[in-house]
Amino acid sequence: MNEQNELNRNPLIEAGLKLYVILAYLFVFAPILASFVFSFNSDRFPSIPLGHFSTEWYRAVASDPLVWEGLRNTLGIGLAVGVLSTVLGFGAAYTDYRYKFLGKQVYLALALLPPTIPVVIMGLAMLAYLSRIDLSGNALSVIIAHVVICAPFAMAVIRLRLSQMDPSLESAAWNLGASEWATMRHVIIPFTRPAILGALFITMAVSFDEFAIAWFVSGLNETLPVKVLGFLQGQVSPRINAIGTFVFVTSMTLVILAQLLLSGRGPATDKE
Amino acid sequence: MRRPVSLYGLTFSLPLLIWQLLFFVFPLVFLVALSFWTVRNFRLEAGFDTVNWVTMFGRPVFWQAYGTTLAMAAAAAALTSALAFPCAYAIAFKLSPKAQRWAVFLMVIPFFTSYLVRVYSWQVFLSDAGIINVMLGWLGLGPFGLLNTIGATMVGYMTLSFPLVVLLQLFSLVFIDRTLIEAAHNMRCGRLRTVFAVVIPSARVGLVIAALFSFILCFGDFVSPIYLGGGDPTTLSILITDTTKSGQQWPRAAVIALTMIATLMVAAFLAVRFAYKGRTK
Repeated sequence: MNEQNELNRNPLIEAGLKLYVILAYLFVFAPILASFVFSFNSDRFPSIPLGHFSTEWYRAVASDPLVWEGLRNTLGIGLAVGVLSTVLGFGAAYTDYRYKFLGKQVYLALALLPPTIPVVIMGLAMLAYLSRIDLSGNALSVIIAHVVICAPFAMAVIRLRLSQMDPSLESAAWNLGASEWATMRHVIIPFTRPAILGALFITMAVSFDEFAIAWFVSGLNETLPVKVLGFLQGQVSPRINAIGTFVFVTSMTLVILAQLLLSGRGPATDKE
Repeated sequence: MRRPVSLYGLTFSLPLLIWQLLFFVFPLVFLVALSFWTVRNFRLEAGFDTVNWVTMFGRPVFWQAYGTTLAMAAAAAALTSALAFPCAYAIAFKLSPKAQRWAVFLMVIPFFTSYLVRVYSWQVFLSDAGIINVMLGWLGLGPFGLLNTIGATMVGYMTLSFPLVVLLQLFSLVFIDRTLIEAAHNMRCGRLRTVFAVVIPSARVGLVIAALFSFILCFGDFVSPIYLGGGDPTTLSILITDTTKSGQQWPRAAVIALTMIATLMVAAFLAVRFAYKGRTK
């Protein structure tokens, strides 16, 4: 066995593979790190060697009223999308957990499929449909469209948590005389609370970064990512980096919060 | 656990169903109807006219864009899968459990960074006076026109799909029965041969699904082909945004969108069939 293991482990190949992993992560993080570095760099056309340290782009962004408006839109929309998606996602996750019914496959497809449809197609379909029912061109239309693609994420996160729950817990509560509603309130919701909050943060983060559908349907109520798209189309400037860094920090805060909740630091998860 | 329909159950099941019917299914169905409508004097007119289909399918530029998009998305899916596999393989088999958790966590981060900002960052790397050309200049090479090429579009496509492909491949690799690999080694099966004869077939479903997702993402992406590829050659996604945004020709854009959906459905069907081929025993 020992000999086999030695045969199996060629240190050269091992080192090569690890080097490859590092290179792969470098490829993934190069644009993210570069955006961070250049957001503090003075040059109008970023490249190396670096210019001097400067907060010019942050100031330029902070003094742009359109950016503030975009930020307000993004935050408001993100919050509404997070709450709505989590409520809908919870319902769907619970439905999948508890019920068997005819057409459940279709129900699950509806619940999970939307993120796989290309965003340009969703954007066009939403724009055409919502303008038909007089709902396009405002913040509401972005909320509606974002909930469609975010609810599946919420459902997946909450469903995962429900599958960790002992199925007899619910019936035990019923046997003890609790109604279905009381069981939901005192057993199921407390058990899934970390996942509910996790889903809330993750769906908000997804909404914060979504630009394509928002670009199609938002009209004049542009969100921050749509603003970035506008910068890309017109005057490319390091302001993109400043906004990008800000959005990154916001999203990561949400994701790390979600991660902490989901990895079970909460009191309800000691059971595992 | 079969129970009659109750108010309680419906309270949880119905909201999502209603929402996705109203705002997911109906818009897509409406797209079909829209593709038969016409635009007169900048106004949409309901009707049943195949003119949009005839016009779009009769245009060489449409088929050119179709071919380009299909070829580039397929190439990107193949390239991303091939480049991601050694990475996923190394994470699955060569790293400690703790390092694995970190690797997964780090690969999730890109999903929560703006794709637009990353694409802009690649412009900084690839432009004529950009980072890569400056570095090549130190070696006395270049400058090369890296931006606005198909290569640059590929970099963008990989930025979009590489993390997802690594994660999906990783999840299929960690579930491989390790005893199979040990058995192969015990029978003196060579290292590379083990990868191709044991590891890849065992993880086939996951690998194919990963490639499929990469294909779907790249097929529909309009950011990389425009801002890294320079918009030339045109892809279907660019055609949709142009037709919708500047042309106001929504019915024609609907024709493009429906053609894309049909293509993706065929691709997904073929991929899933290939993934599970010979498995249904």
